[in-house]
Amino acid sequence: MTDVALIGSASETGVKLRRPDLSEDRIRRRYAAERRFRLYGMLAIGFAVFMLGFLAVTVVLQGYTAFWQTRIVLDVNIDPAEVDPQNTRLPESLWQGNYQAVVREALRSLFPEVESRGDRRALNDFLSNAAGDAVRRMVMENPALVGTTQRVEVLAADEIDMLAKGRIDRDVPATDRPIDDQQLGWFDKLEAEGRIVSSFNLDFFTTGDSREPEQAGVGGALVGSLLTILTAIILSLPISVAAAIYLEEFAPKNRITDIIEININNLAAVPSIVFGLLGLAVLLGFFGLPRGAPLVGGMVLSLMTLPTIIIATRAALKAVPPSIREAAYGVGASKQQVVMHHVLPLAMPGIMTGAIIGTARAMGESAAVLMIGMVAFIVDIPTSITDPATVLPVQIFLWADAPERAFVERTSAGIMVMLVFLVLMNAAAVVIRRRFERRW
Amino acid sequence: MARAAHKAQLTADDGKMDTSGMVLTNANVKPAVAPRPGEEPKMMSRQVNVFYGQKQALFNVDLDIPSRQVTALIGPSGCGKSTYLRCLNRMNDVIDGCRVTGDIRLDGENVYDPKLDVVMLRARIGMVFQKPNPFPKSIYDNIAYGPRIHGMAHDKAEMDEIVQTSLERAGLWNEAKDRLAQPGTGLSGGQQQRLCIARAIAVSPEVILMDEPCSALDPIATARIEELIDELRENYTIIIVTHSMQQAARVSQKTAFFHLGVLVEWGDTEQIFTAPRDERTQGYITGRFG
Repeated sequence: MTDVALIGSASETGVKLRRPDLSEDRIRRRYAAERRFRLYGMLAIGFAVFMLGFLAVTVVLQGYTAFWQTRIVLDVNIDPAEVDPQNTRLPESLWQGNYQAVVREALRSLFPEVESRGDRRALNDFLSNAAGDAVRRMVMENPALVGTTQRVEVLAADEIDMLAKGRIDRDVPATDRPIDDQQLGWFDKLEAEGRIVSSFNLDFFTTGDSREPEQAGVGGALVGSLLTILTAIILSLPISVAAAIYLEEFAPKNRITDIIEININNLAAVPSIVFGLLGLAVLLGFFGLPRGAPLVGGMVLSLMTLPTIIIATRAALKAVPPSIREAAYGVGASKQQVVMHHVLPLAMPGIMTGAIIGTARAMGESAAVLMIGMVAFIVDIPTSITDPATVLPVQIFLWADAPERAFVERTSAGIMVMLVFLVLMNAAAVVIRRRFERRW
Repeated sequence: MARAAHKAQLTADDGKMDTSGMVLTNANVKPAVAPRPGEEPKMMSRQVNVFYGQKQALFNVDLDIPSRQVTALIGPSGCGKSTYLRCLNRMNDVIDGCRVTGDIRLDGENVYDPKLDVVMLRARIGMVFQKPNPFPKSIYDNIAYGPRIHGMAHDKAEMDEIVQTSLERAGLWNEAKDRLAQPGTGLSGGQQQRLCIARAIAVSPEVILMDEPCSALDPIATARIEELIDELRENYTIIIVTHSMQQAARVSQKTAFFHLGVLVEWGDTEQIFTAPRDERTQGYITGRFG
């Protein structure tokens, strides 16, 4: 009725009445556009999944063998002349015994044909220079073993480890191989006798770095990372949350707070090396804190995570509905009570997310901690936050730089350990986050 | 129920009001601000101006709120009635760039006195909001929060008592007594709003401000809230902002009409709805604008 009247009046006055275009073609084009849009999204996700999968598969394939370690089974005659020349059987004396020599002797006894000095050295290359440690450990536990013959699994050298894991191509000319034909023959003989065994490499997780790949582990870096990150969280979380709450809830909105806000946002974009230099100049140079210590690393990383957590916290505080604040003000809560009792608990999940993101970034950070000396070659596992230490990403960087073939798999294994460490930390953060959410 | 029907009838009649009513009003002119002799108003405002930054939202509002009655603030959107309401318990303090001048008194005490503690003021003047906004906590904690921060209960038993009386007064006890530990956000809209009223009365305020308390509710829940307001009138001074003129007519004894930041007219509800003195009031209540 109305339509007719409208059209009538429109034609009368000569004004063209505009109606929606309902043509098939238009609808088809709209559907096509929507399908295309969805396709772009799926392509993007597919690409991301492919890249991640590719990365994960490469790292795992490269590195999984590092979790196994090749050992050589030898019947070691624990010769008192070598391990306890003074014949005292005291722990101090036994500790200093030449176990490497005993192990070498045991290996040589398997190959009586090896005579020349050069060949003997080539045979000795089968053994890690820590091969004697297994025997030492046995003797320290039970001094009565001195003078007896024991079957011991001793650590193989990294080249033998690589050969056993199939990482050395036998088809390349001997001159291009770290293992010559003669050594290959010995290896095959040992393997045929069942003396080449492979077992889970627990030492990889418990030992520190080493120049010898077969002795190098991530234990030191793991502990270093843990101490560093803990320091960083303990420092940055309370400071940044307090700063964010003050800026968001209490600070007057004026020029000074504007400048502070802009600077915090800029701080999030500052390259980490700059924070490292700051730590070097101020913490090490001015305050004289110990070089390469998790304490200093944590302080530098906390500086780096501050802006991230502050920004996330402010966003989370802003996201709390104003109706909740009004409700609390309405029953006569003071500003501080409104923030502490209502706003902060509701913002907690968001704050935790920010903290996770900030910590994850700090966890993978290497440039900043390089500058304050956490890049040094450190064999000992740190026991406190003032001991020199290194962190996982730096450890990976150091290994990636090493020339030995065996460090390749250790680099990948280090990456895996770091990723697992990250996943565990994030999982812990998610659990904490859930707990905060459930309280409401 | 019969009473509500009667009031609704009254309002329906308002729409058909003719000019004879106008004549009657004009013949019966009273000063706009005149507290009844012998009865001090609970709240009193004089020359109240409110500015949001450069923009002025209220102009020279003079209004008296009588004790233990319901005062309705009506007017078209953006007329300043909510702004005025929020001046009374200084809720506008939390809005950046909001400035209030003039004199607002609660029992003769200046609300904007710099020495006055805002927290204590808000404990004396409770507030119920447009959208039900229970805390995301249990029903019990929703009620107990106010008494807890004001140190009103010394042990669990006293707190239980406060919670129970508040819920009873808000007419929610029977529905909520078995689920006190469940979150207040799990209640229906109307129940949530009654929970908010219970939360407001838990701190024993003298005045309750209600900012369109029924605008998010269905008619049945609205009727319950209106009944509740009528009951609460015995103990509390209530100021209610509403968009519904029927509601104003049903629940209030006094009505104030705001338009463009100016308090156009206020007086007994019956008078405002049957014999408004101002043309703008007449225009609004007969539905010609707003």
